[in-house]
Amino acid sequence: MASRMRIRAQLKEDYCEVKALMRHPMETGMRKDQSGAAIPANFIEDVQVLHNDAVVVQAYWGAAVSANPFLGVRFKGGAQGDVVKVVWRDNRGDSGSGETTIR
Amino acid sequence: MNKGFVRGIFTVLIGLWSVTLLSDTEGVFDQYREMLGDDNPAIFVIFDGEEIWYAPAGPKSVSLEQCDLGLGPGVVEGAYAQLPRYFPDVDRVQDVEARLEYCMTQLQGLTPAEVHEKPYSLRGDLGTELEALVAWIADQSSGLVIAPGQAHAKERATYALGENLFYYRAGPHDFSCATCHEQTGRRIRLQALPNLTTHPGAAEAYSSWPAYRISQGIVRTMGWRMRDCMRQQRMPELIMGSQASVALQTYLAVNGAGASMAAPGLKR
Repeated sequence: MASRMRIRAQLKEDYCEVKALMRHPMETGMRKDQSGAAIPANFIEDVQVLHNDAVVVQAYWGAAVSANPFLGVRFKGGAQGDVVKVVWRDNRGDSGSGETTIR
Repeated sequence: MNKGFVRGIFTVLIGLWSVTLLSDTEGVFDQYREMLGDDNPAIFVIFDGEEIWYAPAGPKSVSLEQCDLGLGPGVVEGAYAQLPRYFPDVDRVQDVEARLEYCMTQLQGLTPAEVHEKPYSLRGDLGTELEALVAWIADQSSGLVIAPGQAHAKERATYALGENLFYYRAGPHDFSCATCHEQTGRRIRLQALPNLTTHPGAAEAYSSWPAYRISQGIVRTMGWRMRDCMRQQRMPELIMGSQASVALQTYLAVNGAGASMAAPGLKR
């Protein structure tokens, strides 16, 4: 469940546009629940976009990114049918990924 | 220099500034929507809702598959667009939440208290089962015409009750729903207020709930929207699935009838 992701990659003009929607609570660690207890921090720290297994984007995220984050990136050199993968890892060591082919 | 003239200029500038702010804010959010395109985080909640519908639950350990949302037991596609409606088995008009409560108590053996324990998410929650179910059920009516029942006398009475509640001024602020929602082109702070007494206003509002609230990170239902409006008016808590909640939703659904459902929507 934690690894669910919606991902699409589309070739446009001279670049490939990748859109990924990740399911993650992105808890900052600063919030409290109704009873006043702190909700433990749980957020994505590291995101990679891979094109045919080569890293084209490396991002370091933190607690300021919203819940269920949306990532939109563009890179050059993609061709139709190539594999694009987005992989994330959070501060608890959990990870998730999504994969698609360029349309 | 003439003081009145200066004050006049100042007022005009402030006026322009507010107008610009409003359009900018709406514009930024439109850009955000455009960037997301067809992607709405509600999709994850919709998947959850579908799983919950088919999963055995409650003391009787049965799923909701035999739940009749108005189009026959188990028929979900198109059901939301025709709610609220009259159900002969309970001799009442029900919205999706009241109907789910009925199915959960009748089919799954839950008590009303259990269903009402926490229908809507509280701060820090990641969504409730009811919210997920409503998201999925509404998604099954996406693109279909809003056509709530108005043939039965009780359905028309429910609309009339909803209209009365809409205009009913009460509470410490002497507020009604109409205070904010019976004029066109108004806003509260920077948020545009729909005129819910007109078809376009009601249609836009009704068709876009349930919705994923970006600021809260969860899907909220139309029932929650009604309850939160009541809270903002400092009224007593609106009970999920209650006659008042169903009546207000009927008033909006009928005013918006004929438009197409576009839920789950995406809101700030």
